[in-house]
Amino acid sequence: MGKTIASKIFDAHLRDTPTPGNMILNIDVVMCHEITTPIAIMDLMEKGMDRVFDPTKIKAVIDHVTPAKDSKTATQGKIMRDWAKRHQIKDFFDIGANGVCHALFPEKGFIRPGYTVIMGDSHTCTHGAFGAFAAGVGTTDLEVGILKGVCSFRAPETMRITLTGKLTSGVTAKDVILAVIKKLTVNGATDRVIEFVGPVVDAMTMAARMTLCNMAVEAGATSGLCLPDRVTAEYLWPFIKDQYPSIEAAVQDFSKWHSDPDAEYVETLTIDVSTLVPQVTFNFKPDQVKDIGEMEGTPVDQIYIGSCTNGRIEDLRDAAEILRGRTLADGVRGVVTPATPAIYSQALEEGIIKIFMDAGFCVLNPTCGACLGMSSGVLAAGEVCASTTNRNFNGRMGKGGMVHLMSPYSAAAAAVTGTITDPRKFLS
Amino acid sequence: MKTFGGPAILLDRSDINTDEIIPAKYLTEITKTAMKPHLLEDLLLDGRPFDINSPAMQQARVVITRANFGCGSSREHAVWAFEVNDINIVIAESFARIFRQNMFNCGILAIELPAADIEQLFKMHGELTIQVDLDKTEMTASSNDHAQAPLTCSFQLNPFDRDLVAAGGWLAYADKKF
Repeated sequence: MGKTIASKIFDAHLRDTPTPGNMILNIDVVMCHEITTPIAIMDLMEKGMDRVFDPTKIKAVIDHVTPAKDSKTATQGKIMRDWAKRHQIKDFFDIGANGVCHALFPEKGFIRPGYTVIMGDSHTCTHGAFGAFAAGVGTTDLEVGILKGVCSFRAPETMRITLTGKLTSGVTAKDVILAVIKKLTVNGATDRVIEFVGPVVDAMTMAARMTLCNMAVEAGATSGLCLPDRVTAEYLWPFIKDQYPSIEAAVQDFSKWHSDPDAEYVETLTIDVSTLVPQVTFNFKPDQVKDIGEMEGTPVDQIYIGSCTNGRIEDLRDAAEILRGRTLADGVRGVVTPATPAIYSQALEEGIIKIFMDAGFCVLNPTCGACLGMSSGVLAAGEVCASTTNRNFNGRMGKGGMVHLMSPYSAAAAAVTGTITDPRKFLS
Repeated sequence: MKTFGGPAILLDRSDINTDEIIPAKYLTEITKTAMKPHLLEDLLLDGRPFDINSPAMQQARVVITRANFGCGSSREHAVWAFEVNDINIVIAESFARIFRQNMFNCGILAIELPAADIEQLFKMHGELTIQVDLDKTEMTASSNDHAQAPLTCSFQLNPFDRDLVAAGGWLAYADKKF
């Protein structure tokens, strides 16, 4: 019997098997941010265990609330800063160089096919886009990861989702993943890995693949995964060019992480995306998803474009395509946060920041901010946000607020009309 | 090993997420005890805010709920919020992976029961008290309504999860082993 990519990665990293179903893996990259890491650091200090297993395998960033909004968040930042210095963690990204972790770390080339990656953040599954096994964990798992470089997982059951057909204009990876979550429901993939394959995935950029894998956790999945290919190798080329004589050689090497043709899946699904239209959530669960036409005309108070789901340059370009020469509807406020400094800089160079500003948007520095209601655009009770983020839970962007998740195209269309609007009418 | 049990509170909803258990605005705290007053602060049951100050909630040591409990954010603050309120058992039809793992990593119990058993628990009259026997992997629900017969259900406890509980959590286990 052949193996899936997840099984191959597990086999290559296996440290211990306490029971047949539980596997302790060696971890290649332990990523840390200032919300879930400080309590781990303080606990290790209290226990006299303030050590790190390998400072080169730890990547740290202050991203959730940055710049600090108050004394408490300033303290969280300071704990991270002092810890990184104390342990000579060189890949620590502080203010001025910081960005949303799941956009920043791929950009730095930290994630490679076949890697195991953990972080105290549920959207760590984003990095599966590189053909890595990347999973969100809690603070205790993070703590053990920092100290010992290991983490426990149940043996990976994989479900394969084959995306066929061709996405039409105005329909994006965000719409695909919302449709997938609707089909699977919020726990349809619990304890499973989702492997995304097929011509639609093959044709996607790394940014689109990251959007796809990012929300796998909203269906309960441990990780989303794409098979590493030429697109992956080209993205990583600046970081791997000394390891391979050519991109072709890298592609060839990456293929060792492809699932075998006779690999065993717990479930396989095929979805034809050719007839898919823009998707949008309603109510408080990410599997409550409708075709945008059914939500058309729903008034919104705020537009939020950013996050680890849709804050990359490709996303800003999509939104700018609609916002160019247009302005926010009366009474609607717009917030955009490019996910990293490099994305911000690129958006400046391409004139995209000016398009947002001319449209009336507030352009923020890179931060997770209002996606989880921590800062920089929190909603008041009764307010509605058209958002490119990943969760529409009750209270997520502010107590009593309502979040409608959608693509950057759809968010930009809502910005212009002040109501949920099919973005395709603005696209040629 | 810790003893597990006590008065139960029933949360009749599936897909209760960790943002509802502990809203993100409290994630700026750097002590576990700071979570104490905010447990389940944003929970909606039947579309209405849950009363976190009710006597039943104040004395609860066990939570009984439906499917996919603890979905969403990985924040272990959700588990700590239960822990600092002396709630050391959550019994559900199913859990989100990270929440379940966080519970055992803290050395406390996430018990999965079949939907039919959960339904029985929800149908019981009176106020429930739960006792868990880890050796027999059984839990018994008894009611203060004497007309209500007690209910005993057996559950599966993975040997690795049992070792985590015995060790007092994953850090202690891993420190010894690796």
